[in-house]
Amino acid sequence: MNALIFSALSGVAMMFSGILLHNKAAIRNLAIVLLLAVIVANIAELRGVSFFNINTAGLMAFDSFALLFSTIAAGATLVFFLLSGSDMEKVGSNFSDYFALIFFILCGVIISAAFQSLLMLFLGIEIMSIPLYILAGSDKRNLKSNEASLKYFLMGSFSTGIMLMGIALCYGAAGSFNLTSVAFDTAKIPVLLIAGMMLLLFGMSFKVSAAPFHFWTPDVYDGSPTVFTSFMATVVKAGGFIAFMRLFAESFNTIQGEWKLLVAIITAATLFVGNITAVFQQSVKRMLAYSSIAQAGFMMLAIYAINSDAKEGLLLYAAAYSLATIGIFAVLIRMQDYTFDGFNGFARQQPVVAAALVIFILSLAGIPLTAGFLSKFMMLRAAIANGSVWLVIFAVLMAAVSVYYYFRLIQAMYFKERTSGNALVFNASPAFTYTLVAVAAITIILGLFPSLLTYWLYF
Amino acid sequence: MVTLLLFLVPLIGGLVSFGLKDDRTARGWALLVATIGVALAVWGINLPAVDAGRNFHAGWMGSLGSSFSLNLDGLSGILTLLTTIAYPVILVATWNSTYKKSNSFFGLMLLAQAGIIGVFLATDALLFYFFWELALIPVYFLCSQWGGERRIAVTFKFFIYTFTASVLMLIGILYLYFQTPDKSFSLQSFYNLNLSTREQSHVFWLMFLAFAVKMPIFPFHTWQPDTYEQSPTAATMVLSGIMVKMGVYGVIRWVMPVVPAAAYSWGDVVMSLSVIGIIYASIIAIQQNDLKRLIAYSSIAHIGFMSAALFAESTSGAQGVMMQMFNHGVNIIGLWIVVELIERQMGTRKLSELGGLAQKAPALAILLVIVAFANISLPLTNAFVGEFLMFNGIFNSTVTQYNHVFAVLAGLSIILGAVYTLNMVSKVFFGNTNQLTARATDILFNERVALSIVVGIIIVFGVYPQPLLNLTAGFVDSLLKEASVAQLIGK
Repeated sequence: MNALIFSALSGVAMMFSGILLHNKAAIRNLAIVLLLAVIVANIAELRGVSFFNINTAGLMAFDSFALLFSTIAAGATLVFFLLSGSDMEKVGSNFSDYFALIFFILCGVIISAAFQSLLMLFLGIEIMSIPLYILAGSDKRNLKSNEASLKYFLMGSFSTGIMLMGIALCYGAAGSFNLTSVAFDTAKIPVLLIAGMMLLLFGMSFKVSAAPFHFWTPDVYDGSPTVFTSFMATVVKAGGFIAFMRLFAESFNTIQGEWKLLVAIITAATLFVGNITAVFQQSVKRMLAYSSIAQAGFMMLAIYAINSDAKEGLLLYAAAYSLATIGIFAVLIRMQDYTFDGFNGFARQQPVVAAALVIFILSLAGIPLTAGFLSKFMMLRAAIANGSVWLVIFAVLMAAVSVYYYFRLIQAMYFKERTSGNALVFNASPAFTYTLVAVAAITIILGLFPSLLTYWLYF
Repeated sequence: MVTLLLFLVPLIGGLVSFGLKDDRTARGWALLVATIGVALAVWGINLPAVDAGRNFHAGWMGSLGSSFSLNLDGLSGILTLLTTIAYPVILVATWNSTYKKSNSFFGLMLLAQAGIIGVFLATDALLFYFFWELALIPVYFLCSQWGGERRIAVTFKFFIYTFTASVLMLIGILYLYFQTPDKSFSLQSFYNLNLSTREQSHVFWLMFLAFAVKMPIFPFHTWQPDTYEQSPTAATMVLSGIMVKMGVYGVIRWVMPVVPAAAYSWGDVVMSLSVIGIIYASIIAIQQNDLKRLIAYSSIAHIGFMSAALFAESTSGAQGVMMQMFNHGVNIIGLWIVVELIERQMGTRKLSELGGLAQKAPALAILLVIVAFANISLPLTNAFVGEFLMFNGIFNSTVTQYNHVFAVLAGLSIILGAVYTLNMVSKVFFGNTNQLTARATDILFNERVALSIVVGIIIVFGVYPQPLLNLTAGFVDSLLKEASVAQLIGK
């Protein structure tokens, strides 16, 4: 609750900061300070200190799962602000509004992580999505950005419609928006509930870009300003997954038999489509868009497994994936050339940044010693505990495919020389480099001691 | 404590090396760290068999059921010894090679050593998997950055091959983990498992694949000749001398005792593949014109012999494999040193372009002939003892009914080995000199030192193999007890 109110207020404050402050650095610093306050407030609540006494029973539950994820999401946003905050000003003139919108998105993420009632789920997802439609189109003079925004908006509203219908059907079956409180007779599950569950499953798959509902993702991610793609592909996607997890773990846990197979198929399809298509990309930005689909496939394993391992693993996954992807995007934003060849000879010019990138890539590819490995490991463990060895074997084979496209970036940076005429232009301030190295260090520390993060879950 | 140091010294040494600026300092540092490693290994294997110093245990990722546990027994001992001895030899032998950014080169070499030693020492499956990958990543960078012309594609193939197989192994490990009553990754819990034959078969293939690719066994060998050819020589030596032993080691430690029934029932299949590999690789080696590829195929043949002997599950076969792992490592590094020398001086590795080197480089010729004899395992060389034991093991194997067929076919490897090795010696060293070889000079001091060490080991262990036998005897007994058929029937 603390973080929700703080970030809502911060969003309002950022909206007005554009009128009062005219220095861009001041606006950025204000946003960072406000976000720090959100994180502190959230951690305080995790330790049992609540600043506001509001009864949200039946609507939202700020349990350790929701609070820990809120902390991860806010932390990832902080990393995003630190690394890419200054790149936001290049997108358009409404600098302070972008920060405000991101704070509002954070509100949506927190609500959907803590929802109890389907109504709150709907609100959370919408609060999360609408600012994103704006951010996707924030590069007003760029046709691709406009297209991305429109596409995202149309597809998003369509999936919201499906979700809403699903919620309505569930309400019809249960007579309540709070499905956890309704006990169904497992021998006679109402058809309405199953239909509603299916529609919700499709709607949520849309939001987290799981195949075959992923078609909007590459175009929207590619067309949006890169700095917002970074945020969209990480914090927002992770937020969607947490809501997805909560929905299926709490509301539809009793009717597992009805959706297990469907989720398994979606998982396998997502892994397949994401990984295989990413292999053929020539642009790093598009590759990352498909990689985000591929990673979503791995996160779907958590939805499939629904056990305590899966919960823990999904949180770790959200952190590992967000950190690594934000890090790679932060470097990509500053590149002139988004193709793989644009990275040729990068290690020679920027050895430290390149080394940090290698760690992020290894983490995304799931190589041991990085957080990415452990999060993938937890997913596999959760799924095997569920008894589905074949799905897991398919998943790791797809992970092996992912090595192919991730390592192309390493090859370009380290092993290929620059042949084309234009020199590599990359400006990294010391602060940027240090932050990047710190994020890489966190990736490794989480890869060695995951309990630093997961232990909060059992607080 | 010494086990932890064995792993930590190269790890820290490698990390420090990245920070060194000067080329000579980096070289010297790497050699120093490698030499400390030898001292530690010698100290370690001379500890009493039940000594607290041989174990190291620390809590790590307890919530996942894993711990940081290392143990130095006979099997790890002989392989750790091989690794630590090989490193200084490799560094001395390639002292004259120049590398761009040599601090990173030596840093990665030492990190690879840390990973390899970790693999040999780990007694926790998850930790083992960590080290398995830790050894792979530095080698990937070494080969891709400092290798030959086609290095990027070739090394990538190697990486994808091993990575794919190793993630399947991870699933095998996870599967076993879920079967343990106490949900633990420790080796001992895996040994105590009592799985059905069907489950064992699944786990066997999931795990065996990773090791088969690493060894490599036919038909998983296709990455190997290319990678050996394209890698920088120092990395090739690490790959062929030490890292292929990780595959054999994995089978001995993590497959045969854990899933004994499957190892027994699939033994014929594996032995057949091994024997096919031996003959196939030997015949290709005879046809080779490129020295590096010749040695690469010869290595496949030797490893095939080892894997066949391993699945014969007899005492002498297992003893032979242990010895041969050490000896093959030493011998093949000797061969690479010679190849490196020839290539540096002549600028070619083509047999057809060489000849008459013996007249120009007598010292080199003598040393090479000894190494070559070891490669065909002539008596009084180290390889003879091992190969004889392995041959004996296959011949007298009780777990397969085709033991005589396998023994005869595997025995062909010795004959075919003689053909390609002697062919190589005669084409390179004897005959008339040509324009290229007329300019040859004899070997340099550092190469002489490195080759002398190799030849010294070849002769000493050829005449007096007892220390190696003693080192592994205790382990072989316990291994066969764990994996034996009699035990199975008892279970």
